[in-house]
Amino acid sequence: MNPISVHHLSKSYGNTKALNSVTFEVNEGEIFGLIGPDGAGKTTLFRLLVTLLLPDCGSAQVLGFDCVKDYKKIRKSVGYMPGRFSLYPDLSVEENLSFFATIFNTTISENYSLIEDIYKQIEPFKARPAGKLSGGMKQKLALCCALIHKPDVLFLDEPTTGVDAVSRKEFWEMLRRIKAQGITIFVSTPYMDEASLCDRVGLMQGGNILSIDTPENIIRKFPHRLLAVRSAETFRLIGDLRECDKINTVYPFGDFLHITPKSPDCDIPEIKDYLEKKAHQHIKISEISANIEDCFMDLMVGQNEEKH
Amino acid sequence: MKTVTENIIEVEMLVKKFGNFTACRDLTFEVKKGEIFGFLGANGAGKTTAIKILCGLWKPTSGKALIGGFDVYTETNKIKKNIGYMSQKFSLYEDLTPVENIRFYGGIYGLSRSLIKEKTALALHELGLEEVKDLHVSAMPLGWKQKLAFTVAMLHEPKIVFLDEPTGGVDPITRRQFWNMIYQAAHRGITIFVTTHYMDEAEYCDRVSIMVDGEIKALDTPDKLKEMYESQTMNEVFLKLARG
Repeated sequence: MNPISVHHLSKSYGNTKALNSVTFEVNEGEIFGLIGPDGAGKTTLFRLLVTLLLPDCGSAQVLGFDCVKDYKKIRKSVGYMPGRFSLYPDLSVEENLSFFATIFNTTISENYSLIEDIYKQIEPFKARPAGKLSGGMKQKLALCCALIHKPDVLFLDEPTTGVDAVSRKEFWEMLRRIKAQGITIFVSTPYMDEASLCDRVGLMQGGNILSIDTPENIIRKFPHRLLAVRSAETFRLIGDLRECDKINTVYPFGDFLHITPKSPDCDIPEIKDYLEKKAHQHIKISEISANIEDCFMDLMVGQNEEKH
Repeated sequence: MKTVTENIIEVEMLVKKFGNFTACRDLTFEVKKGEIFGFLGANGAGKTTAIKILCGLWKPTSGKALIGGFDVYTETNKIKKNIGYMSQKFSLYEDLTPVENIRFYGGIYGLSRSLIKEKTALALHELGLEEVKDLHVSAMPLGWKQKLAFTVAMLHEPKIVFLDEPTGGVDPITRRQFWNMIYQAAHRGITIFVTTHYMDEAEYCDRVSIMVDGEIKALDTPDKLKEMYESQTMNEVFLKLARG
């Protein structure tokens, strides 16, 4: 039995289709990442799975329990950290934790080993009201509260949004240690670079799952040749490459542009020649393999073309 | 190549304290006209405090800061007229339509009716918003909102635009369209002061500063910073600096 199993699940708010017949499975003990921008439908999917919303149609099981009929059983065995900070701001760090432990009929000491690692980092502030913690510490406390009853599945809705690169890295290190204790993790993020930290990912956009696989396989399935290009003037380079009839897409990626040539046998010297004629300097072109963001954009464009 | 010489922002030994806590310590830097200046730092490093001072919202404890030539202690009204501001959290009124938002902000900045009309038509056309011009902003996808918010922040043709995490949560295609708008504005001579948690966006800046615990620990072009910190990407530079 898979810990999460979703069949043709749909949800609309008025005329807005938030989730459009989504089907997938999450395997036991894996970190499954739901990757997509704001408005993709990630939070709706989370709220359906943790039984806080009812679907319009379709079905979903968590740990074998039905998300509509068996909501009480699901609530007992999952941990949920919503995107918005939702602890009690006027209770102290320790009070929040013992409150959540009590609600789930357990004590802090019973499962302390599970949270020890994370809780130690906020313990010096255990008397401070949760509302007065810094962003990173709030996040750690919320994670402890979601773990205190030793859930079988942990749901984390955008835990790293708005968090700086250093804290994000630390957070993912914590997740790997939680996974090592046998807990299945269902996590969402708008940061495409976090895909590589998951065992499997679902790329989501406009209420649909565009692709589901391991990050490596999604990258392997990228259907185009990809080149990285740079020159001394990035802005002008973007314009000139977009005008070139040999090239399909041009997207900036950090200090390089990623471009897809129209024909598979379009060679690098040909493009270099074109750019030199346009007086570009310090031109660098090389063959590269795609990353998740390349794949995501390609799937997004494909989806939009289907619609029109 | 654009020529940049004039300093549009000049900050010297700027300090901001809250009680015993020093949020900004001896900040010293300049931003040139038409430059895209990336203002990076970990959460809680003091970025927001610094931006509030530069926008004329808070007074510093000590030090000097001139924004478009105006003093942050005494000329805050002039600063506000000469800058634009947008953030991820607040930029547009959700229960107004795009057209109403433009009219509202145009009115606040004292633009004439005919100019507001002209700017509205241009904005709707450039952003492809004609279809949704009568919808409330709350019903628009985040990426569209942010592009509209940027346009609104530039209605009064400010000298400097402050963008506080403008692309957080925006899809990857729209995020790049947004940066294209930034490039175009910089090309017209508007100075861009931007914060972001996307390290690939740090590479799009002309120069980048990295704040750690209230201080600017590094400031240079992305290429020089990568060289200096022996890193392949700005992400590596950031991790090396912010983790200390």
